[in-house]
Amino acid sequence: MIPTAFDYQKASTVDEAIAALTDGDVKILAGGHSLLPALKLRLNQPSKLVNIAGIEELKGIKEEDGEIVIGAATTYHDIVKNDIIKSKLSFFSDSASRIGDVQVRNHGTIGGSLAHADPSADWTALVLAADAAIEVKGKNGKRRIKATEFFTGLFSTALEEGEIITAVRIPSPAEGTKTAYQKFPQPASRFAMVGCAVLRKPDGVTNIAFTGVSDNAFRDAAAEQAVAGKPLDDATIEAAANAAAEGVSILSDHYAAADYRKHLAKVYLKKVLHAVA
Amino acid sequence: MSQHTIGNSNYNSQQLYDADETIPVGFTVNGTHHTLQLTAATTLLDALREYMHLTGTKKGCDHGQCGACTVLLNGKRVNACLILAVTKDGADITTIEGIATADMLHPLQAAFIEHDAFQCGYCTPGQICSALGMLQEGRANTAEEIRELMSGNLCRCGAYTNIVDAILQYKNGGGRD
Ligand SMILES: Cc1cc2nc3c(=O)[nH]c(=O)nc-3n(C[C@H](O)[C@H](O)[C@H](O)COP(=O)(O)OP(=O)(O)OC[C@H]3O[C@@H](n4cnc5c(N)ncnc54)[C@H](O)[C@@H]3O)c2cc1C
Ligand code: FES
Ligand code: FES
Repeated sequence: MIPTAFDYQKASTVDEAIAALTDGDVKILAGGHSLLPALKLRLNQPSKLVNIAGIEELKGIKEEDGEIVIGAATTYHDIVKNDIIKSKLSFFSDSASRIGDVQVRNHGTIGGSLAHADPSADWTALVLAADAAIEVKGKNGKRRIKATEFFTGLFSTALEEGEIITAVRIPSPAEGTKTAYQKFPQPASRFAMVGCAVLRKPDGVTNIAFTGVSDNAFRDAAAEQAVAGKPLDDATIEAAANAAAEGVSILSDHYAAADYRKHLAKVYLKKVLHAVA
Repeated sequence: MSQHTIGNSNYNSQQLYDADETIPVGFTVNGTHHTLQLTAATTLLDALREYMHLTGTKKGCDHGQCGACTVLLNGKRVNACLILAVTKDGADITTIEGIATADMLHPLQAAFIEHDAFQCGYCTPGQICSALGMLQEGRANTAEEIRELMSGNLCRCGAYTNIVDAILQYKNGGGRD
C-alpha cells in the first residue's frame, strides 16, 4: 500500500511549522502511527506534510507555575519513563505503558493522539480526568483549550485550521490526590473498547472520564456528582455506576454492541473507583 | 537554513520538496552508510527493501499491527512500515542482516533454530530484532514479561511458546533449559 504523493517540509521550530501550514490540505506529521495508516488507505490525501517530530521545543516534560507540561511531540516511551509523571500523574505512566505495543509506544506522540481524537484512544480520557488544558499555537499566537472543550466529536477537535498543538498542561495534583485508569482493551490493537479514568482530590472532588463509549471522550457529570465528597463505599460506587453513561449516545460496532459497551462503562467505572477508594 | 551534518550533508532541513521531487537522505544501516534519493512518501520499510535490497525485514500488514517490519532505530525497536524514510536522515539502523557476524549466527538466532521458534519464518526477522531491542531495554525477566513486551510481534504460525523459550535461553546465557 502506497500513499498518494505529497509535498514535504521539515520544521525545526514551532513558528516554522506554523508558517509551513499554508492553504490547501496540509497535514502535520508527528509519530505517523495514525496518519500513515490513513494515508495508505487513502482516507487522507494531503497535498503537503509538515514534519514536526524533530522540533526540540515540542519535546520533554517539565513542571512550571503549578502545572506539569508535556510537549506535544513527546513519545509515549518518554512519558512512561519520566519521573515527574511517575510520581505525580501515575495513571499517565501506567496507562501509557499499556497503549498498543512497545513499537507503537516508541514512536507515537501525545499531541498526535489528541489531535487524531480516535473515539477509543486512551489519552483523551486521561487528559479529561486530569483537568488538562491543550495549548495550541497558530498565526495569531498561543491559546489554551480546556480538555473538556477540546474533543468535539468523532475524530474532531476544537483545533482550528493553521493551529498546532504545542503542549498538554496539567494542574499539578495536590498531595493525596489519587488516580486510576482501566480499560477493556481491543485484544489485538489494545485500543480502549471502553476506558475509564478517575482523578480524586483529597477533598473528595472526583473527575471521571470515559473513552470508547461515545463519539468522543467525555466527562461524566452525573457519575462525578454521585461520588463527590462522599466516602467511596460500595453503596456510593454502585450509585455512581447506575448514573454513569446515561443520556449519551453509545457507540456500537462489530466489537461491542451499544448495550454491552454501556454495561462495560459501568463495570470499568466501578473498577477505577475501587482503585482510588 | 540549517544544514544536517550527520546524515546527508546536502539535506536542507527546512526546504519545501515538491511531491514529484526526490529528497537526499542518508543513514547508517548495519554499519554501512547509505545515501539515497527518495520521494517523501517512501516508508523506511520500502527504502530498506526496494532501494537497499535488504529484504530480510518483512512487510506483513504494512499498518503497524504485526511487527514483521521491526528494526532497531538508534537502538529502539520501531515499525519501519509506519515511518517515512526521509524523516530519519542521519539515523543508525540495525536490521536482521546486521545481526550475525560473517560466519557465525548471533546466539539468539541459534537459539531460535534450536527451539524451532518458527514455522514459515516470515515473522522471524521482526521477532529477533524486537527481542534484541527488548533485552536492551532491560525489562524482560520472566516468560510472562517477555510475552507482554513482545506483544507487538505477531506469529501467524503460532510459534509463541518456542519463541519465548529461545529468548529465555539466550537471555540466561546459552544452554538449553
Ligand atoms: C498497532 C497500533 C496499536 C495502537 N494502539 C493504541 C492504543 O492501545 N491506544 C491508543 O490510544 N492509541 C493506539 N494507537 C494509536 C497511536 O497511539 C498513535 O500513535 C496516535 O494515535 C497518533 O500519534 P502520532 O504521533 O503517531 O500522530 P500522527 O499519526 O503523526 O498524527 C495523527 C494526526 O494528528 C495530527 N497531529 C499530529 N501531531 C499534531 C500536533 N502537534 N498538532 C496538531 N495536529 C497534530 C496529524 O496531522 C494527524 O492528523 C495504536 C496504533 C497502532 C499502529
Ligand atoms: S508490516 Fe509493519 S507492523 Fe506489520
Ligand atoms: S513463523 Fe510463520 S508467522 Fe511466525
